[in-house]
Amino acid sequence: MTIQPLGMAKLQAQGVAIEYWLARSETLFTAVNGVDLEIPEGEFVAIVGPSGCGKTTFLNAVDGLIPIAAGSLTLDGREIRAPGRDRAVVFQQPGLLPWRTVTGNVIFGVEAQGTMPAKEAKERAQQYIEPVALKGFEDAYPGELSGGMQQRVNLARALLTDPEMLLLDEPFAALDAQTRELMQLELLRIWNKDRKTALFITHDIKEAIYLADRVIVFTKRPGRVKVTIDVDIPRPRTLRVKRDPKFLGYEDQVWESIQEELAGPAERLVAGVPA
Amino acid sequence: MSVKEADRVLAARGRIVEDPERRSVMRPTRWKRYEAPAVGTASVVFVLTTWQLAANAGLAGIFLPGPLAIVQAGIKLFQKGDIWVDIATSAEEVAIGYGLAVVAGLVLGLLMGWYTRFQYALDPYVNFFYSTPRIVLVPLFIVWLGIDIESKIAVIFLGALFPVIINTMAGVRNTEAALLRVARSFGASDALIFRRVVLPGSVPFILTGFRLGVGHALTGVVVGELIAARHGVGKLISDYGVTLQMDKMFVGVIIIAGSGMLLTTLLGRIEKRFQSWRPDIRR
Repeated sequence: MTIQPLGMAKLQAQGVAIEYWLARSETLFTAVNGVDLEIPEGEFVAIVGPSGCGKTTFLNAVDGLIPIAAGSLTLDGREIRAPGRDRAVVFQQPGLLPWRTVTGNVIFGVEAQGTMPAKEAKERAQQYIEPVALKGFEDAYPGELSGGMQQRVNLARALLTDPEMLLLDEPFAALDAQTRELMQLELLRIWNKDRKTALFITHDIKEAIYLADRVIVFTKRPGRVKVTIDVDIPRPRTLRVKRDPKFLGYEDQVWESIQEELAGPAERLVAGVPA
Repeated sequence: MSVKEADRVLAARGRIVEDPERRSVMRPTRWKRYEAPAVGTASVVFVLTTWQLAANAGLAGIFLPGPLAIVQAGIKLFQKGDIWVDIATSAEEVAIGYGLAVVAGLVLGLLMGWYTRFQYALDPYVNFFYSTPRIVLVPLFIVWLGIDIESKIAVIFLGALFPVIINTMAGVRNTEAALLRVARSFGASDALIFRRVVLPGSVPFILTGFRLGVGHALTGVVVGELIAARHGVGKLISDYGVTLQMDKMFVGVIIIAGSGMLLTTLLGRIEKRFQSWRPDIRR
């Protein structure tokens, strides 16, 4: 673990703008503009926002997959320019190699990084297969697994690389409601062990509040930080917390903040906001 | 004890015979497993019998010998031994031409799929040859390379090359974007992405190219030999054809058809092996 300079957050974003060149319409598309945020070591932060607000784009920039057009984005004080060993992503789509077994997929992250000999990786993979409840499925192929199990492999693959910061890009969005809740519980249980700095992108308000120490609401596109809400609910959190009045209060607060960002009159109508 | 448990216990004691109405959903009955080969065999036997009867009745005279006559002609040809020279010649042409096409097609296809600029450079030629029946080049090859095996190797090579190139290239290009993203996010080198993601993902496409190549190779060898050759199964078919020895000619046709089926089946086996991870094929 790196020692940070005093007063410097783990992840620091200042005036971050991200632009895309849209080939079809030959226009520059600004996904996010002026994102300022700080995530201290060991904090779990969730970003929510209206769909298309650029939250996943921001995560991709933190991962180093896409460049930023303006501002600065630093991890441990170093400018982020490319993917690195200090970060690992849990993707929205599992992205598993279909011809590899569960073990083979779990070790793919460290294999790609080239940081661990294959034999050691396979041994250490077992330590991560157990907590994500995949024991007994080590030799199964992704095609034989349910969506929830595939996402567990996706999670274990990221954990095995032992990153400084965990980036989670709507990892449970495609799962059914029940599986999603269980996965949230499991994620917190695993996260609680070493409390790695985590950035979690989601459109599910409940999920954000349940998981995070802090919920950041993005504005509509081009996205920037609209409001930050500290979630003062003690850990460990059970699923029961979601029905706590305090939790519901946070939910109202986030929901109202997002409502104001809903763009068109139709969306406002659906959300019950007077036009 | 539930009904199900009772059933199991009773079955274990051998008291009840398996009830045909109650079985696991996924387990096929014995007949299901043999249905395809059984019906296939019956169908072939029926057609051959009809054919033999038609031949016996002299429906088409010498133009359509019956299956039995063809078998007898085959035995005679193999006893005489000259046919081995023809088979060996054609086999050599196919082995060299197809073998070179597979190697060159694989290398070129991978390069074209991986390096866009390489594809831009070679696309005009691939398009030109792929949309032209390569058979039209046989007379040219005969002038350039003579009527021995070289001209046939050339036409087989060109025939099989392009299906292999195009399918291999498609395999590389069809690499799932999500997989590439995962690999890049974990900082994988290009070499690792190629070896661990792109290449294994392309295998089904590559093998499809190989299989299509077999068809083109066999077309090439037969047509090449029909036009000009000293030996070969195509030459044999052509010689017996013009002298109206239909039974012997059919022996050549069957040899070609048989080798095509054999090679395709072989490649199908390899394909299955490489795709054992697909749950629907594994079963």
